Amino acid sequence: MADKQGPTPAALRRAAKVGDAVTAPLRTVLKPTAKLGFPYRRPTVPRGVEVPEEPSKLGADYDTDWARRPLAKAARTVIHRGPLQLAVSALADPEILGTDRLDDLARLDDDAPPLIFAPNHYSHLDTLLMSVAVPEPWRGKLMVAAAADYFFDKRWKGAASALALNALPIDREVTGRKSADLIRRLIEDGYSLVIYPEGGRSPDGWGQEFKGGAAYLSIRTGAAVVPVFIDGTGAIFGKGMKRPKPGTSRVVFGRPLRPEEGESTRRFNARIEAAVTALGDESLTDFWTARQRAATRTNPKLTGPEYHGWRRQWALTEQRKVGDVGVRRRQKRRWPDLG
Amino acid sequence: MPRPGFVLEVDRSTPPVLFWRGENFSLEKLPAGRSRVIYPPEPLKPIDDVDGAIRHALLNPIDQDPLPALLFPGMKLTIAFDDVSLPLPKMQRPDTRQRVIEAVLDMAADAGVDDVHIIAALGLHRRMHEYELRHALGDRIYDAFHPRGMLYQHDAEDHGNLAVLGETAHGEVLEINKRAAESDLLVYVNINSVPMDGGWKSVCTGLASYRCLSEHHNGHTLQHTRSLSGHREHSALHQSIWRMGKVLRDNGPKLFQIETSLNTDMFPKPFDFISKREWEWTAKDRATYLATTKSLERTPLRLARKIFHGIQAPHRMTSVQAGETSAVHEVTLEHVYRQQLVPVEGQTDVLTMGIPFVCPYNPDGIMNPILVMCMGLGYLFNMYRNKPLVREGGVIILTHPTYREFHPVHHPSYIDFFEQVLPDTTDPVVMGQKWEKQYAEDEWYRHLYRTGNAYHGVHPFYAWYWGAHGQQWAGKVIIVGGDAPTVRRLGFTPASTMDDAFEIASDVVGRSPTVTHLHVPALLVADVS
Repeated sequence: MADKQGPTPAALRRAAKVGDAVTAPLRTVLKPTAKLGFPYRRPTVPRGVEVPEEPSKLGADYDTDWARRPLAKAARTVIHRGPLQLAVSALADPEILGTDRLDDLARLDDDAPPLIFAPNHYSHLDTLLMSVAVPEPWRGKLMVAAAADYFFDKRWKGAASALALNALPIDREVTGRKSADLIRRLIEDGYSLVIYPEGGRSPDGWGQEFKGGAAYLSIRTGAAVVPVFIDGTGAIFGKGMKRPKPGTSRVVFGRPLRPEEGESTRRFNARIEAAVTALGDESLTDFWTARQRAATRTNPKLTGPEYHGWRRQWALTEQRKVGDVGVRRRQKRRWPDLG
Repeated sequence: MPRPGFVLEVDRSTPPVLFWRGENFSLEKLPAGRSRVIYPPEPLKPIDDVDGAIRHALLNPIDQDPLPALLFPGMKLTIAFDDVSLPLPKMQRPDTRQRVIEAVLDMAADAGVDDVHIIAALGLHRRMHEYELRHALGDRIYDAFHPRGMLYQHDAEDHGNLAVLGETAHGEVLEINKRAAESDLLVYVNINSVPMDGGWKSVCTGLASYRCLSEHHNGHTLQHTRSLSGHREHSALHQSIWRMGKVLRDNGPKLFQIETSLNTDMFPKPFDFISKREWEWTAKDRATYLATTKSLERTPLRLARKIFHGIQAPHRMTSVQAGETSAVHEVTLEHVYRQQLVPVEGQTDVLTMGIPFVCPYNPDGIMNPILVMCMGLGYLFNMYRNKPLVREGGVIILTHPTYREFHPVHHPSYIDFFEQVLPDTTDPVVMGQKWEKQYAEDEWYRHLYRTGNAYHGVHPFYAWYWGAHGQQWAGKVIIVGGDAPTVRRLGFTPASTMDDAFEIASDVVGRSPTVTHLHVPALLVADVS
């Protein structure tokens, strides 16, 4: 029984021999360096001394300044106009509506004030979609608030997000002071922001309660919030899907909202959520129906029905059927009554 | 700060002046020492926060309660709006009508109003195509209301859906759209490009029946309409409409009038040189002019038309006011005059005007010969206040190719009018008595108007009446560059060049007449002292 529990001494001896054979030449090479010691090698730590931990350069602390330098900007323009645009068209074929609601501001061109775009969030595709759908003059100076714990947890992911999307790491639980200060500074420099007030992608295809990030940043920076409703991306590349399933999508922009005098973050956030909800209703029904329901606060909630389990999922498939992008616009063909 | 309009005395160093010639332009040298050019004021600074201004107007109306106070659940609300005959060229999206109606609908939704109808106030104009309705109202309103039958176009021949509201002291019958007449509130959304529009004219023509319109749209009234753009007391047409307005106020639905004025920023790049003063043309402007005119000379007319009608003007809103119709209109007129009025001293012997590719009756269509007359003698001649720019018995010179071409879908009755009525008479009163009834009651024209996209059968008469005052006033009308037989059919004189035209004019006004050129675009009203 004991023999069966571990290698035999003979086997261990053989393994040690092989190990020696491999490390011997390495030791020969490294010997002079080892002799040289510090400063050619890492310093040894004296006993009893505590070395302070090196500050993290990942997550919310990832520095994205380099991604807003001219060279990175030029690279991003190429990425957006080429592969990104093609990928979005091929995967999501977006219909973009409601940009006329931003027309007055867009006409100001270079003087157009920076905005905070607050869409609902179903998929990673939403960010790519927003990079294409946001109208000029904001598209050229758009940054995206990205979850620090997901997009900036590794150096390569952070670099790719910052370069391709001008992403900024944001702590999704609490909008920290550092992030807020950075965003305020960038908004003052004329950058507009895409931030998902839900804090993350929908886990089940229905929306989630809005967190106060967009409202908080708007109150702090003075930039107006543009509610945006994105439809269809959940079915294309929702959370948990391994590969995308090409389909159609729709992006509906609403009128810019500004915090009212003395309005709290919570109340302003509720207004933003109501505006996105109304846009969702408008996207699935029509402007007037949505507007009437908004007046009575009876727009179907983005968060879906109250019940759980299969009925919730069932309701989602029903909603997707109604909201299947493009179906609503197709008028039923009416043939003349020839008696 | 935009510069006001002004009158340029032409001297030997004055460059040739731009004239429209339908779907092209030309530069014409005017005689030095006795000519002048009236340049319009530059476009006024528009409102920055348009939505805010609209909301403010609806909440603070003139001589009326705020709109939300007039709205209540269970009411019948009708929103009527001007058709796409205005503004010209069509404005870049979003159109003013869309913005105003969306704001009204916002308030209606908040008040719990369900029964809302949106009616295009066409009068006897052609029904708009879907793309035109979408342009004027936006996709949101169109998609929400049209499929439910709550957005439609007024039909002046649908007798089951017309209601008589009463008669004026002069016996004029006011008959308007029944839904509008029976509404608890009628909101009219208007665009005032020119002073002649707006006020009581909005409802009393836009939602009226043929019977009602014929009370004032006739040769006799238009001959006694001394300026459509000036003081109302000089216009028999407006006098009649204002009498009807009184009937509407006393017997009709509660009316909430919303009027807007636009600036005269009419042409985007690269056509913006058209609105510039010629001596301020840069090398780029000159190159654009040359490239444009030379290309257009070689472009098939159909394509040229498509290009011009595809232009979307960067017009912007300069004012919006709402409330009681008469009071609102007075404020609107102030804004329109602020943009368009140019003081001019004295009349002239010869008035020259370039006729463009478009008038209010051919959006996306053909500027047929009758519309050339209507635009020249009806609209441009009437852009004066106090007295006409040209003296009585003077000469009017227009520049336009005046091709004998008609849009068969939009203007079917115009074709017959040209072939049947004009060879018989060009006198508005005579043609009204002899021919109008036949065209007005023709079943085929009625069918095309009601179901297709045709102007009403009687519309060519109205277009002709529009020029009645100018026709009566001028000693001679010459069209430069027009197709000779067509011009003669209109009762005018053709000329090949501007010099020929001056030569022909000398029979009436002598060898050294004074000449005044009305520089359009942009629009202007000459305040002649």
